[in-house]
Amino acid sequence: MSSRQEILTRIAGALRDVPEDEGAEAAPADRRSPVVRHPPDPVALFAERAAEYRAAVTRTTESEASAAIGAALAARSPARLVVPHGFPEAWLPARRTWQRLEDDPPLRPAQLDAADGALTTCALAVAETGTLVLDAGPGQGRRALTLLPDFHLCVLRSAQIAPDVPTALRGLDPCCPLTFVSGPSATSDIELERVEGVHGPRVLHIVIVEPDSRGADTHP
Amino acid sequence: MTRTAKNEPPGVVWLGTPHFPVAARTAVGDPQLRENLRRATTTIRSRRLAAVGELDDWEDLRTAGAAVKRAALRHLDTHLLRLEESVERAGGTVHWAADAAEANRIVTELVRATGEREVVKVKSMATQEIGLNEALSAAGITAYETDLAELIVQLADDRPSHILVPAIHKNRTEIRELFTTTMGQWGRPAPENLTADPAALAEAARLHLRERFLRARVAVSGANFACADTGTVVVVESEGNGRMCLTLPETLITVMGIEKVLPTFADLDVFLQLLPRSATGERMNPYTSMWTGTHDGDGPRDFHLVLLDNGRTATLRDTVGRQALACIRCSACLNVCPVYERTGGHAYGSPYPGPIGAVLTPQLAGIEHAPSLPFASTLCGACYDACPVKIDIPEVLLHLRARAVESKRGPLPSPEALVMKAAATTLASPRALAWAQRAAALGGRVLARRGVLRRLPGPLARWSASRDTAAPPRETFRAWWRRTHRRPGQ
Amino acid sequence: MRIALFVTCLCDTLYPQTGKAVVALLERLGHRVDFPRAQTCCGQMHFNTGYRPEALPLVRGFADAFAGYDAVVTPSASCAGMVREHHRTLAVQYGEPELAAAVDRLAPRVHELSEFLVDVLGVTDVGAYFPHRVTYHPTCHSLRMLRTGDRPLRLLRAVRGIELVELPEAESCCGFGGTFALKNAEVSAAMLADKVRQVSASRADVLCAADSSCLLHIGGGLSRLRTGIGTRHLAEILAATEGAER
Repeated sequence: MSSRQEILTRIAGALRDVPEDEGAEAAPADRRSPVVRHPPDPVALFAERAAEYRAAVTRTTESEASAAIGAALAARSPARLVVPHGFPEAWLPARRTWQRLEDDPPLRPAQLDAADGALTTCALAVAETGTLVLDAGPGQGRRALTLLPDFHLCVLRSAQIAPDVPTALRGLDPCCPLTFVSGPSATSDIELERVEGVHGPRVLHIVIVEPDSRGADTHP
Repeated sequence: MTRTAKNEPPGVVWLGTPHFPVAARTAVGDPQLRENLRRATTTIRSRRLAAVGELDDWEDLRTAGAAVKRAALRHLDTHLLRLEESVERAGGTVHWAADAAEANRIVTELVRATGEREVVKVKSMATQEIGLNEALSAAGITAYETDLAELIVQLADDRPSHILVPAIHKNRTEIRELFTTTMGQWGRPAPENLTADPAALAEAARLHLRERFLRARVAVSGANFACADTGTVVVVESEGNGRMCLTLPETLITVMGIEKVLPTFADLDVFLQLLPRSATGERMNPYTSMWTGTHDGDGPRDFHLVLLDNGRTATLRDTVGRQALACIRCSACLNVCPVYERTGGHAYGSPYPGPIGAVLTPQLAGIEHAPSLPFASTLCGACYDACPVKIDIPEVLLHLRARAVESKRGPLPSPEALVMKAAATTLASPRALAWAQRAAALGGRVLARRGVLRRLPGPLARWSASRDTAAPPRETFRAWWRRTHRRPGQ
Repeated sequence: MRIALFVTCLCDTLYPQTGKAVVALLERLGHRVDFPRAQTCCGQMHFNTGYRPEALPLVRGFADAFAGYDAVVTPSASCAGMVREHHRTLAVQYGEPELAAAVDRLAPRVHELSEFLVDVLGVTDVGAYFPHRVTYHPTCHSLRMLRTGDRPLRLLRAVRGIELVELPEAESCCGFGGTFALKNAEVSAAMLADKVRQVSASRADVLCAADSSCLLHIGGGLSRLRTGIGTRHLAEILAATEGAER
């Protein structure tokens, strides 16, 4: 008997107490869907919570976006910046002091490691937890691009911010590789003291782009 | 049952250590260890309380988490077959391992097939449980742990002592010393003038492991969850070593206990809230990776999922004990456990320490291999209150205590069994009890000095080593009542 | 209301004053209390140590001794918990449906003292007088098994003359755990040492709890270290009155 068959037989034997007509599909009675939370200002909540995890957060507007991104980059002055295909051209700073790496053909790990940063979009974000979710879609590229360089600048539109984890999950396609990012990499392995920055990017900067109609004056 | 034979070795590594009471005695006598543990558990307890207190539906989330896990276990075969189908449809390969030896053999052969002699590893309880690193090493393959704490443990040739923070028993000074003396033997040495600042130590680990990540062609991971409907596998982590291992190598081998399967991807809505808040007390851990089979041009080209039984189906057979399989390895129960706080994890003799270890290890390995573990608890109940999936650990402990006692019953009763039998006989009748009370009072007053017993005979000496006991009173309650309440009909 | 006292084997043998205090307190509140003499022990030690077949006759004995009472009051959270949570488990496990039915009828009527006073009798001020500095240790089984919550503290706050002081890390286990104290004596002693330190830090003169077993353990540590801090069961403080104060 194969181990597969062996294990399945053992399981069937172990579950003899389960009535035959009890379906695997039926959601258990106690399984209520989690409460969907409606924070009054999800954008502000996301900004606050991401910042609590030591991500730098900039709020800007559509028309100011490229300048804000330029300013965020200027603080790091990268020489080589990974900017994957599909990153909105309108958001790219007019004046470029860096070389764009497009990952086409794919960059070798050592080349990525030598890059100074990655500039990407994301699939969506979660306000309650200050989380970004990457799904390797346009403007994000494959997972290694946002992993090896020490600096990740992620730009998202305020409309992409979901209030909470359950809402965010419903907006994701599990066929894509998904990466949830909450602040820069961190460890608490030594005396449970939190240290930001281990293997993933040690600096995470998030730029939130809001529509021009609102916020242009309040969030310069 | 597959593992009742006394001679069969347990499939859970390193149960060769002394029984809990003996190992715990050593641990309790180590003041540095106790101080490290006290500080760490105190910190994480308050952090968890804050994170949990933020959600007003926390109790509903716990209820939902418990319900999903318990229901999934009741149809485990259905979900595993569905998972297999989904993973293979998405380009992965699924293997089934009945025990530790088979899992180790499968992984070893998969690594050999790549021609590589090195693998990088994401922290994984399942591979700790089966002793994969040792098995790979015997086959000439070096496994490099990449989680900071696992690296510390590996460099120290030590054992993990906590599910989430495996090096919780070491403080920064000890770690600095370890890095300085051993890192060079494994790869890039620690920077000169390394300080004991945790940030500096983390930086040393980053530098040490970076070249290894860039070079690695095979990775081995565990899994926190796997969704049957989509085939999505989930790894929850903090440092980014997980992302490195899951995306850079060409081959990824994931070893996962069969109980980790969730019916649907949508079920993650509960667990991605329960796990980070219970584990590290964060709203969300820094990185969670989810992948479904293989993804063209992104990450490993070969993905193997090894489904591990190793005592899980035997655990499933026990209708009381099976709830332990709902565990999501958050370690909240360790952090609130007063026994764990004093002894640390090594005393539990398995990769699963603390309250969950005390109920999981005896079931996975067979009660005869770990009969003292269910007794490593005061039954204070703090673990049950903290568990995000409501495992009634005290209930399972009590159940396993009974199984441990039954498994030892033979033609010759143990001294403990004789005492228990005598006590039961005495307590079975008020008359016998009254007689025994008079005897105890007499003996107590003989031994007492100024009304206090300072040293008791026999096994009770362990009690009187640190406690005084008041001498029994001249008159029991029963006798007093009889003397003062002579009413009929009682 | 026919009220029975379940005094527990421990109080019966070592702490008769606790049982007497329950009787005095309830009589002062205008109730008559019976002591069914057939009672012995709830079986907790056997059950918690894994000796279930040995515990079963004690379950039977308990059900017989207390059948017919409207309420069973006990000065032990731990023993009340045993009856309410585990007697049924034993009856069912050993295939005794009649016993299980008897347990089902009886168990909801078994109350730990503070539950009985607050929930059944509806009193928090029992007219007690106890002019001492007291700290309260919530025992694990009152806290997490019975969930008596702040009932004992509400009763204590109403005591005249009392000065209640806070116990640091009150909710952590004292380390008794029944046979745990013998099987894992060193761990138990380490937990006890921490509890004794916290009790001393509270600067109380008297440590109060709702379980004599924990008081036996903590009190033994307090005495061994000559802290001068005494122990009193909750019942004894609630029974104390001006003039009768010992």
